[in-house]
Amino acid sequence: MGKLPMRARLATTLGGAAGTMSRLAGRGDGSVIGGVIGLRVEPDLLALLAVGRQIVLVTGTNGKTTTTRLVTAALGALAQDVATNAFGANMAEGLVAALGRAPDAPLAVLEVDERHLPAVLKATKPRVVTLLNLSRDQMDRAAEIWLVARRWREALAKAPGTWVVANADDPLIAWAASSAARVIWVAAGQRWHEDSWCCPECGSHLLRDDLGWRCGECSFRRPGAQWVLDGGSVIDSAGRVSDLSLTLPGRANRSNAVVALAVAEVFGVEPARALPRMREVTSVAGRYTRLARRGRQVRLLLAKNPAGWLEAFDVLDPPPTPVLLAVNAQGPDGRDTSWLWDVDYRVLRGRRVFVAGERRLDLAVRLEADLVTFELVEGVDDAVDQVPGTSLDVIANYTAFQQIRVALGRAE
Amino acid sequence: MVAETEPRARGAHVRRPSSLRLVWVYPDLLSTYGDRGNLLILERRALLRGFSVEQVLVHADQPVPRQGDIYLLGGGEDLPQILAAQRLRADGGLADAAGRGAVIFAVCAGYQLLGAEFGGEEGQPVAGLEILDIRSGRGERRGVGEILAEPDSALQLPRLTGFENHRGVTTRGPGVAPLARVLTGVGNGDGTEGAWAGRVLGTYLHGPALVRNPALADLLLTWVVGRGGGVGASRARGGVGASTDRLQPLSARDEQWTRLLREERLAAVTVAS
Repeated sequence: MGKLPMRARLATTLGGAAGTMSRLAGRGDGSVIGGVIGLRVEPDLLALLAVGRQIVLVTGTNGKTTTTRLVTAALGALAQDVATNAFGANMAEGLVAALGRAPDAPLAVLEVDERHLPAVLKATKPRVVTLLNLSRDQMDRAAEIWLVARRWREALAKAPGTWVVANADDPLIAWAASSAARVIWVAAGQRWHEDSWCCPECGSHLLRDDLGWRCGECSFRRPGAQWVLDGGSVIDSAGRVSDLSLTLPGRANRSNAVVALAVAEVFGVEPARALPRMREVTSVAGRYTRLARRGRQVRLLLAKNPAGWLEAFDVLDPPPTPVLLAVNAQGPDGRDTSWLWDVDYRVLRGRRVFVAGERRLDLAVRLEADLVTFELVEGVDDAVDQVPGTSLDVIANYTAFQQIRVALGRAE
Repeated sequence: MVAETEPRARGAHVRRPSSLRLVWVYPDLLSTYGDRGNLLILERRALLRGFSVEQVLVHADQPVPRQGDIYLLGGGEDLPQILAAQRLRADGGLADAAGRGAVIFAVCAGYQLLGAEFGGEEGQPVAGLEILDIRSGRGERRGVGEILAEPDSALQLPRLTGFENHRGVTTRGPGVAPLARVLTGVGNGDGTEGAWAGRVLGTYLHGPALVRNPALADLLLTWVVGRGGGVGASRARGGVGASTDRLQPLSARDEQWTRLLREERLAAVTVAS
């Protein structure tokens, strides 16, 4: 911390103390309050704390927390300290707190909220920016995604020294990244197409085939990729094929892993060294863990938006494993539940479906329209008690997920 | 929305004469807030009454068919909304359909672009389709939240519930009536919500609107099947009350979840007195 100006040092110290007190008081993990106080003392604290470090920023609608975790694991191969906001506190306060906690770490891997990327990019001058995907999310408070893509595009054009690792399969991402001087394109796949039917350049319908997408009218088309997710394997920039064999389940996480490998290579860490470390990641902020409850195994999956629900459906254990769906509409979830109608629930036909959460009636009407039979339950234990077999998968949105974690943490 | 991601045979659409044709206009540009829900609810409520239903999804690079019964337009961001308006003006199909008396139900961005003009991403005026005599611009701030409104008595509908999220301010010309009077929320910005004239009806309500307000869905269906010799009328024997032109009610069982959701949403909003 010796290199920091006096006021920044004071700001960091005060912030760190506040974070510690917050943790001791049981008011959270302390990853935000310290940043709030630090920024009040020194508004440029983020830029000051970033000086002299090699920083990776990770952003996109889905997969930020997991990708941040996987990149951090991969960079572990360098045997240097890595600062990271592992708990998903991804606005300026959370970033300041993460850097302030590890003042001497030469590396930092930071998850950044989509809307804050331009400001954080300017403040931290990162070595790498990772753009995962863009889709509708919490529409009542988030900026519209075409607008987000446009702001990224403008910000990246002004950051010629930064490498951009971008998903070539997402047209909005490709459009945003194509203004950057140095891009590493990753064919990470795109499961959710509903927000990218139209060309961001001219608005015409995009055509899709096995080779990717292209505009039917203008010249905008999918860039060629240096890294490719190919089923359970990755093809790296040198054309070598490696088996991913992650512990984390699902196609979305394989996609996140390929992006993470492309980032790691910028730092000279090749897949053979990165993958064994990435395979040690077994759960991310409570997701994917199997918890024992009343003689059954309960697995928690977080799905915050329509694209996330599709990814969660991919991860479900095969039928007849029952599933509990839980939806709330508090501030962090987005208070508009209309997005439930953007999810195709017909894949759940043929399994037992339980419905819970503060907006379970919205789910009930939605499932009825898709001819999916369901049962209303009071909470996770109510569903667990009715499960005939040994396991239950749970898909929940943000605050519903936290409520279920708390309920499962409680003594039976 | 998986089913429609597969490429469809273009121009190979064969019309089944007796089915109710629901045309969803530009889901690739105008479907931001669960707008598929309006289509699914219309379909469900028609099927339960014995009508056959044909869904027609029209992409932004496809011509809008002239022979639909109900046209649906959803919400969208500023840039897609401008693109949709340009393409629909050039295509002319929706205006033709309106001229022939087809039913149009439009939400938010789709509602605005039916008018003479609306506000673009920088607030600049953008030309609309002039199907409905309304004008929209950008308001001071975004209206976001649950909305409750008392419908125009001529429509004989119960209270409307929905969620709004827009920055639009909409004014009406003569001959266009407001859909409702706002009890809680913002709506058009002058105490009214939405607009209707003939068989064209627009609203700022998401929720989606027809999910939360099944009577509004039934009204749109009635406008089609209650029309003498109209599409579906031949299949609707027993379904349409001859004297009232109202649809047969659904069973309590078929309405149970809708009724509970509606009660919950109506109770969730307190009416400002």
